[in-house]
Amino acid sequence: MSTEPLLAVRGLAVVIGGRHILHGVDLDVAPSGVTALLGRNGAGKTTTVRGVLGLVPRTGSVRFLGEETVRLATHALVRRGVGYAPEDRGIFAALTVAENLRLAERPGAGGPAYGLVHELFPELKARAKQLAGTLSGGQQQMVAIGRTLLNGNRLIIADEPTKGLAPKVVTEVARVLERAAQAVPVLLVEQNLAMVRRLAEHCVVLADGRTAHRGPAADLLADPEATRRLLGVGRRADAVSEENPMAPQDTGTAATSAADSGKAGA
Amino acid sequence: MSTTVLLAVTGLGLGALYFLVAAGLSLIFGLMDVLNFAHGALLSVGAYATWWAAGGHLPGAGSGGFGFVLAVCFGTAVGTVAAVVLELALIRPLYDRPREQVLATVGVGLAVPALLSAIWGPDARPFPGPAALSGTFGLLGARIPVNRLVLIGAAAVVLVALRLFLGGTRHGLVVRAGVEDRAMVTALGIDVRRAFTLVFAIGGAAAALGGALGGLYYGSVDPGQGTSLLIFAFVVVVIGGTFGAGGSGAATGSVAGAALAAVVVGLVQQFANYYTASGLGDLAVVVLLAVLLLLKPGGVTGRLA
Amino acid sequence: MTTATTAREAATGGDVAAPAGSLRRYGRWWPAVALAALLAAPYSSLPLPGLLDGPIGSAGSLQLLALCLVFGALATGYDLLLGRTGLLSFGHALYFAAGSYATELIMVEAGLPFAVAAVLGLCCGIALAAALGSVALRVGGIAFSMVTLAFAQAGSILVERDPGGVTGGEEGRAIPADRLPASLAGIGNTANLYWIALAYLVLTLAVVHWAVRSPTGRVWEGIKENERRVEVLGLRPYGFKLVAFVLAGALAAVGGIVHLLLTGGATPQTTTSDFTLSLLVMVVLGGSGSRWGPLVGGVLYTWADHRLGDLAGSPAVSGLPSFLRVPLSQPLFLLGALFVATVVALPGGLTRLPARLRRR
Repeated sequence: MSTEPLLAVRGLAVVIGGRHILHGVDLDVAPSGVTALLGRNGAGKTTTVRGVLGLVPRTGSVRFLGEETVRLATHALVRRGVGYAPEDRGIFAALTVAENLRLAERPGAGGPAYGLVHELFPELKARAKQLAGTLSGGQQQMVAIGRTLLNGNRLIIADEPTKGLAPKVVTEVARVLERAAQAVPVLLVEQNLAMVRRLAEHCVVLADGRTAHRGPAADLLADPEATRRLLGVGRRADAVSEENPMAPQDTGTAATSAADSGKAGA
Repeated sequence: MSTTVLLAVTGLGLGALYFLVAAGLSLIFGLMDVLNFAHGALLSVGAYATWWAAGGHLPGAGSGGFGFVLAVCFGTAVGTVAAVVLELALIRPLYDRPREQVLATVGVGLAVPALLSAIWGPDARPFPGPAALSGTFGLLGARIPVNRLVLIGAAAVVLVALRLFLGGTRHGLVVRAGVEDRAMVTALGIDVRRAFTLVFAIGGAAAALGGALGGLYYGSVDPGQGTSLLIFAFVVVVIGGTFGAGGSGAATGSVAGAALAAVVVGLVQQFANYYTASGLGDLAVVVLLAVLLLLKPGGVTGRLA
Repeated sequence: MTTATTAREAATGGDVAAPAGSLRRYGRWWPAVALAALLAAPYSSLPLPGLLDGPIGSAGSLQLLALCLVFGALATGYDLLLGRTGLLSFGHALYFAAGSYATELIMVEAGLPFAVAAVLGLCCGIALAAALGSVALRVGGIAFSMVTLAFAQAGSILVERDPGGVTGGEEGRAIPADRLPASLAGIGNTANLYWIALAYLVLTLAVVHWAVRSPTGRVWEGIKENERRVEVLGLRPYGFKLVAFVLAGALAAVGGIVHLLLTGGATPQTTTSDFTLSLLVMVVLGGSGSRWGPLVGGVLYTWADHRLGDLAGSPAVSGLPSFLRVPLSQPLFLLGALFVATVVALPGGLTRLPARLRRR
């Protein structure tokens, strides 16, 4: 297996409305397994993902499969084999479940893998004609992840897929991502360290719009001092269900310690 | 009774004209947040192109029978091309600057009628049409001009076609999804800009068809026709947005809402202008626009409001 | 303004030779030089072939110059909304027309002297702007634009339908010559009207200059940049936006009164949405949000609107092939096209052009 990273991000900078959100993020996604993108609230995790995809104006270098993509439009990068499940799930509420999935279809080898999606999420088949807006949060997350699995993608980016979900659903999402990661590398933005512990091999930690730490995920989680310093969540590492489901990404929740809450920049 | 019937059919015909303009306007606004002030100009382009072709300038086209159908097709095609050019040349370079997009359409909305009057003069030109469409027929004791029916029929066809397109094709699906969340559509690997060009083409085609058939309705074409229809089309779009907001799907809802609103506005205008002081219907409709926007600013214009 | 341009050209021409220090010193005084030149224009018999139809001091030229000044000032006032507060109003013509029609009506129907009628007409314009602005500003963004458009269109329909013969319909309302003070009536007194137009311009420039630098003006700037941030500071944008709306409306109403004098009547063309849109064209063409941009745009637009038609009839143009001659005969087409080009390729308008060229 090649050790060359699948996705190599160097010096990613994002300026929105005259404010520097990212100053220079370096990030590699390994060619297999799950790479976790961690950091306190406001560290710039979601902006990094959106910057990689070109959903926000960005500078720097984003190499995917060895090709520089920073000048590509979002859809062109995605067509090279990226599946994206965004933080707010990106569900089209007025479309049916089947239509939401159909939008993700792309011409390519083998055609859309509905078999896989329906096997992992039988519920989506049963609810195919239901409007996606009437689904529960967990079901919407299934649609979002299902869309990333439809195309034989080379990389899946999942931004806080467990946020706001009931513990039982979190377990299910974890199971699906685990299975998906056996076939496709995953870049996982996650606050829930139990998920990270279970899934991730590598991790990248952001702080104040910069890469603060890179290395094996297990090493970081094994070091409570480093975990607290970088993530501010040491004591609550396993607090799966205490996440506030309504809290937006970039405002302080349980994970932001009082001392650092003033730094939330993004 | 016969007056009521005549007013009702005329109101419906006017509503059909409004719908042809408003359908594209509301799709463009829903998908791209662009309030297209050049939409009236597209109608005028369609009207003049049809008039030009029907006047014998286009081989095969003429003012009667198949020749007229060809002229209408030509006018619609020219309007469609004009809309596509407008989108590619002016709207696309300004995607990051929504206010400039509106300003650019305002400029086109001013320049095109001026160009038309430079070429063919500022005065109304009589619009040639087949004899079969210039007559009247009897309905419940009223003599109804046939051209009203043509307009109503064309609008109904466009409504059905639009609903089939939105509900039954992949492009329609992309448009419906784009109305909800453009960024997510691109994040699924779809070039949403092609959908932008497409809705401009559809909107331009409908407006140009409205212009061609509006020429029959008014019996003449003049450079300012489209612009004066535009504000009533805005009214229809906004009322349609309030109707469609609760319906299924933002895009299909807004098209259906526009159809319903166009009928209401057309009828209100006809009846109010006839039974009360002349002009009161127009006034009522314009005031209705303000009132609706103030009561439900999130209706159709929610994204920019 | 044509003279102003000449004056400015003369000033900059001198500057080129002078050392940098005096360039800056002269540069600061060019508005005063321009004003002096404008004040003296009626005494000038200098012909400007092509630009004007006769010598500067002739009645026809002064009339056109005065119109240029009025619309330049009107655009400057309108930019209080567009360029300074970020409000895209499509109904500013309404307040211009209100000043015009109200003054005429009060003067002729109530038989009051012109000065009194003008003050009352101004009050009408202010009251209308306050009433409609307080309603329209309840919504933001493009909804605000459409509400203002709807109000203006309602006004336009009212004027056109001529309820009770009050507005004169499509004819408008002419002022009977004997109703005006002798010094303001007749072709012989065009110079006086010209000076009034100039006074209106100076007034508008002064008011806008002062208002933009006041604490309120800084809040306007904040609203334009980011309304949310102003709210975070604990200020209510609504009140500030209303002040801008009413102030701009009042300036427009004064302009309407000056226009009434200048053209000898109130015309329905000033009520149409096309007229508002042409204001928009003037402002954006010259440069929205800058001190001189709207003025330059207004003057250029008005001059082109009046003079390009004449030029099209000149032998130089009529000899051109038709694909060039036909568009040239329609000033509105050229202005619309120029406007679109400005929007797409020249953010900041024509007044930003020299700076952009210098940076190259």
